[in-house]
Amino acid sequence: MTGLQITDVSLVLGDGDESVTALDHVNLSVAPGEFVAVVGPSGSGKSSLLAVAGGLSTPTSGSVTVDGHELVGPNNRELSRLRRELIGFVFQSSNLVPALTAVDQLRLPTTFGKFDDARDPMELLEQVQMAHKAKRRPHQLSGGERQRVGIARALMTRPRVLLVDEPTAALDRARSQEVVELLAKETREQGVATVMVTHDHDVIKHADTVYVMTDGRLEKQD
Amino acid sequence: MFLALRELRFAKARFGLMGAVIVLIAILMVLLSGLSQGLVKDGVSGLQELPVTSFAFEKDVQKDSAFTRSVVDADTVETWKSRDGVNDAAPFGLALVNGANQDGTQVDLAVIGVEPDSFVAPEPAEGEGLLDANSVVLSAHAADDGIAIGDVITLERTNVELTVTGFLDGQHTFGHVDMGYVELPTWQSINAGLPLDAALPEGKEGEFTAVAVKSELDTDALATADEEAGTTTMSLTESYGASPGYTAETSTLLLIQVFLYAICALVAGAFFTVLTIHRKPEIAVMRAMGASTGYLLRDGLGQALILLLASVGLGVAIGCGVGGLLQTTAMPFALVTGPIVLAAVLLIALGLVGAAVAIVRITRVDPLTALGANR
Ligand SMILES: Nc1ncnc2c1ncn2[C@@H]1O[C@H](COP(=O)(O)OP(=O)(O)OP(=O)(O)O)[C@@H](O)[C@H]1O
Ligand SMILES: [Mg+2]
Repeated sequence: MTGLQITDVSLVLGDGDESVTALDHVNLSVAPGEFVAVVGPSGSGKSSLLAVAGGLSTPTSGSVTVDGHELVGPNNRELSRLRRELIGFVFQSSNLVPALTAVDQLRLPTTFGKFDDARDPMELLEQVQMAHKAKRRPHQLSGGERQRVGIARALMTRPRVLLVDEPTAALDRARSQEVVELLAKETREQGVATVMVTHDHDVIKHADTVYVMTDGRLEKQD
Repeated sequence: MFLALRELRFAKARFGLMGAVIVLIAILMVLLSGLSQGLVKDGVSGLQELPVTSFAFEKDVQKDSAFTRSVVDADTVETWKSRDGVNDAAPFGLALVNGANQDGTQVDLAVIGVEPDSFVAPEPAEGEGLLDANSVVLSAHAADDGIAIGDVITLERTNVELTVTGFLDGQHTFGHVDMGYVELPTWQSINAGLPLDAALPEGKEGEFTAVAVKSELDTDALATADEEAGTTTMSLTESYGASPGYTAETSTLLLIQVFLYAICALVAGAFFTVLTIHRKPEIAVMRAMGASTGYLLRDGLGQALILLLASVGLGVAIGCGVGGLLQTTAMPFALVTGPIVLAAVLLIALGLVGAAVAIVRITRVDPLTALGANR
């Protein structure tokens, strides 16, 4: 099984009377090269879905596989390796490492382990149109530029699944469109299974499939 | 250490400030080490240079003042000398006196009484040895105070006149004063507070401070020998404690050094605690990206090690520079490689322990916090 498979996953957070069902029997299948967007109101469980898909949270029940590797069960050390080798994360704007230049942001994940087929950082920066600012540090970049670097960083180690958390939260409308277009383009070119969580209904037109999250339940939008 | 090096370069001011504190601690450490070695040298260098393995003092003598209180006699020397495993034994007298040379230059002396043909007899590097009852062989250090061969030193109280016939090789001091070797009968007169031609009181003729022993005996064998000879033995190093002020001086300095080690560990701990808390968001991101705990720990500890190595190295270099100047003054100060290297290694090791306690916090950073809210 290639891509991302989420099968009958439930996630209950908190305990006793306080417990919240963040994910309620969720099923989601994303094929390589497919760009999925997930929208939904605040508190509906979107971040929880990404956490489970990326092996950061262990679901209460159900199964998550990435390229056939089960993420429910392995210990933290093993999960860390699976994340490093199979999963790319794009976080909200401020999650670059302050001390690193753009090109070093891209080199960073390749130092986490042995990657024989890692991408060339300058080539990839070129692809996201950031090569001319390769020596800049995050505080010298705009929000949109930071997000481009963040996307390039996530693609450096050729992940099978790309998990994107509200990439446009800090961007204006034009910048948002550019960033999501870039995500859509890279998803298709790299053949990576991408899940993007967003509040922003303007950008979901770039997605192949759109899902709506309500109270932990996931439904496909027509 | 990909990240560690780049962070050091990026946050130069922050790391520089921390480094400066460690540099100052290291300088202080070198100076303290020099001072304590200087005091050791001033206190006991004369003993350190002796070809002696142990001293046999009067039975049950008070150990911290053995050299001034102990009295033994010639029979005791014979008892020790005749023991198996004892290579040599000889009388050894020690008395602290004040005097002045013919020009009025003050000299304080630890007058050492020996038999000129014994194994503890002085070996002058300059001039001659013990020629007669009036001759004295001095620590070379006394030459720095303006004493020369041929000078006549008149001792206070007894008015005994001693002629300087030779100088030893280098500094030979005891309790911060220069040693001056004289013949045993001369020492006995000086110790009794009498002029050389006066007869010693009844029973004082054959007495001196201790038996200087050169042996291959271990602690147990020495104890047995002590039992039979009716003496109390101290090894050469134990006898340092009987030098006036030695224990108090060295233990005070040691205490200050221990405090500095603790301060180094605490400073490093505090700095890296703040740094690690500050880095929490980026650590969460890296953990989410799949950086292993080992990777992050290696990176953080590597950074601490580089910072400590560089600052301690610089501090030791500056400290040795300053110490080199101090060494030429009258201050008791000696730069000795061994203790300085040990201090540097301990500073780095303890700094690293402090940093490690702070840096292990990264293992408690939850990668889940990388998702969601904009922070
Ligand atoms: N650690 C936790 N303990 C208990 N409940 C939690 C915890 N984290 C999240 N929740 C709850 O789980 C539910 C889903 O949270 P989640 O963060 O997935 O929502 P979201 O859709 O990402 O919201 P937003 O759009 O505001 O980011 C919410 O009701 C939230 O209050
Ligand atoms: Mg969220």
